[in-house]
Amino acid sequence: MSDVILELKNLQKWFPVRRNMTQVLKGERNWVKAVDGISLKINRGEIFGLIGESGCGKTTTGKLIMKLLEPTAGQMIFKGKDVTYLDKEALSEHKRNVQMIFQDPYASMNPRFKAREVLTEPLLIHDIGGSRTARGEMAAKALEEVKLTPPEEFLDRYAHMLSGGQRQRIATARTLILSPSFIVADEPVSMIDLSTRAEILQMMKDVQKDLGLTYLYITHDLSTARYFTDRIAVMYLGKIVEMGSVDEVVDNTKHPYTKALISAVCEPVSGKVNKMKEIPIKGEIPSAADIPPGCRFHPRCIYAESECWEKEEPELEEVEAGHLVACRRYKEIT
Amino acid sequence: MDNRVLDVKNLKLYYFTSKGTVHGVDDVTFHVNEGETLGVVGESGCGKTSLGTALLNMPTPPGKIIDGQIIVDGKDILQLSESSVRKHIRWEKISMVFQGAMNCLTPVYSIEKIMLETLRQHRDGRDNQAYERIKKYVNLVGLSDDVLKRYPHELSGGMKQRIVIAMALFLEPKVVICDEPTTALDVVVQAQIINLLKELKTKLGLSFIFITHDLATEAEVSDRIMVMYAGQVAEIGTNEQIYGSQGSAHPYTQNLLAATPRLHKKIEKLDFIPGTPPDLLDPPSGCRFHLRCPVVMDRCKKEVPPLKEIESGHMAACWRCY
Repeated sequence: MSDVILELKNLQKWFPVRRNMTQVLKGERNWVKAVDGISLKINRGEIFGLIGESGCGKTTTGKLIMKLLEPTAGQMIFKGKDVTYLDKEALSEHKRNVQMIFQDPYASMNPRFKAREVLTEPLLIHDIGGSRTARGEMAAKALEEVKLTPPEEFLDRYAHMLSGGQRQRIATARTLILSPSFIVADEPVSMIDLSTRAEILQMMKDVQKDLGLTYLYITHDLSTARYFTDRIAVMYLGKIVEMGSVDEVVDNTKHPYTKALISAVCEPVSGKVNKMKEIPIKGEIPSAADIPPGCRFHPRCIYAESECWEKEEPELEEVEAGHLVACRRYKEIT
Repeated sequence: MDNRVLDVKNLKLYYFTSKGTVHGVDDVTFHVNEGETLGVVGESGCGKTSLGTALLNMPTPPGKIIDGQIIVDGKDILQLSESSVRKHIRWEKISMVFQGAMNCLTPVYSIEKIMLETLRQHRDGRDNQAYERIKKYVNLVGLSDDVLKRYPHELSGGMKQRIVIAMALFLEPKVVICDEPTTALDVVVQAQIINLLKELKTKLGLSFIFITHDLATEAEVSDRIMVMYAGQVAEIGTNEQIYGSQGSAHPYTQNLLAATPRLHKKIEKLDFIPGTPPDLLDPPSGCRFHLRCPVVMDRCKKEVPPLKEIESGHMAACWRCY
């Protein structure tokens, strides 16, 4: 189980901000620090959740792992090999191993393609399968894996002839057709109806078990993460603030930001209408172009004291086996 | 119990498309009491938003309200002319926070100008009064006056949502319809908006109709909940009757609740409802849920179950309750 498939070491992605003439002449540069130094290890066969609000850098992290973006600094090790910078051939190999399921099943599929074409396109790109019939068979097999049976019935349908859940199944089948070992799932169920959401998650879990896959599940929704993932990392403004097994992080929360997130989640139980929700957080999320000094959470933290902004940023430290927190005062605030 | 601010009877909103008639809202009856929040839940396409637009008597074309009554202040607004609905009902009595409205604020106008424009459609008053009024409502939703001088792009999502809510409030309507007001927002901001709505409810004595697909959010805000399925009401009950320990009555509500992931409870296997919601061009015979229902009987396939009062204020449309 402790077989690490992906390791990120202090990975960074900074995007340059457009400068005006004065800034160019003065030599000033500004950056949006979307991902600002994250380190994590993902084990083979686990479902790892990356949680955070919009703009915290979770999707950028996913794209870095997919190699859709080049990191600014840091190192990425996949299956024991350094994959931070790759040439064209190695990149194509990497993309065969790491695949992505996108958020919107309506936008991520060409409306002029039949399911067959959607599924065989990755094979054509990677020059797999040889003949048309062989590729067709592979597509049918992938559909069976995601429980769209009989596959013949779905192969000749266009995207608009499918429901949201069926589209997301085809999107999953498309990632599976290259037999990857690692799948980045970016909010795969946020656009899907509640009644089918559980079905898709269940299907993804079954596929993961059958094929021994590893998932990186990117989401803002703690409730589905609790159900779906084994371990989670909570991101805030481009950095991980808390990481550990999902049960540990939810039931034994240490970081004040995670606490605020958890308190904000709604639960379908009675007796809460006449009570105000307590949300232990102040203000709004600052811009990633202007990250506060010291602990980057201090302006919003209700427990912050001078050491939080005067001293340097707290690093992740292990508080219990496998449970890491980046907060100076976690002992005092629990 | 009997201070109803809104009474809807047998409302039918059909869409007349080239493919046929879509039964968007099909025979819906409910009421809203003064100072309460009525939640409307359902999957996409179940007619929640259609219902919202129908209450303002402005169905989206090709939709038409073909039958029913919407009674506000003892008057059926469906009988009024368009101009008098405009003048006396829309925004004056019933207003709506549309889904995604916060992204539809005119980018080239300042917040002040956007708000004044809406206000002037209804009230002519001197600038001074109008400005004071806007300021009052902006403060009421928890923003400071200086946002009035700003432009939409300078505000965060949560602030824009607050502005849109303020705009739904400043003509002092009795009922405010909120269509998915928290969906596009982050969890923390969602919780803040929910708190704001609760605060406004007690402060101003308003009634809300809170439309969402999320049962968990509904549990936090709504005094009573109406569950819709395929254009019809499946169940209406108080918060306690739907979410309480006794459990809801309709199999659809029960299944939806079982399919909702929970944060503080480790669930090994979530339930789901097989299949997809029916095509409203050609709704199934009998109970519209019978194709997906786990406890379906022969009777369900043939006869439409009417709403039955199980206990005071708790109604469900299911033959199992008879």
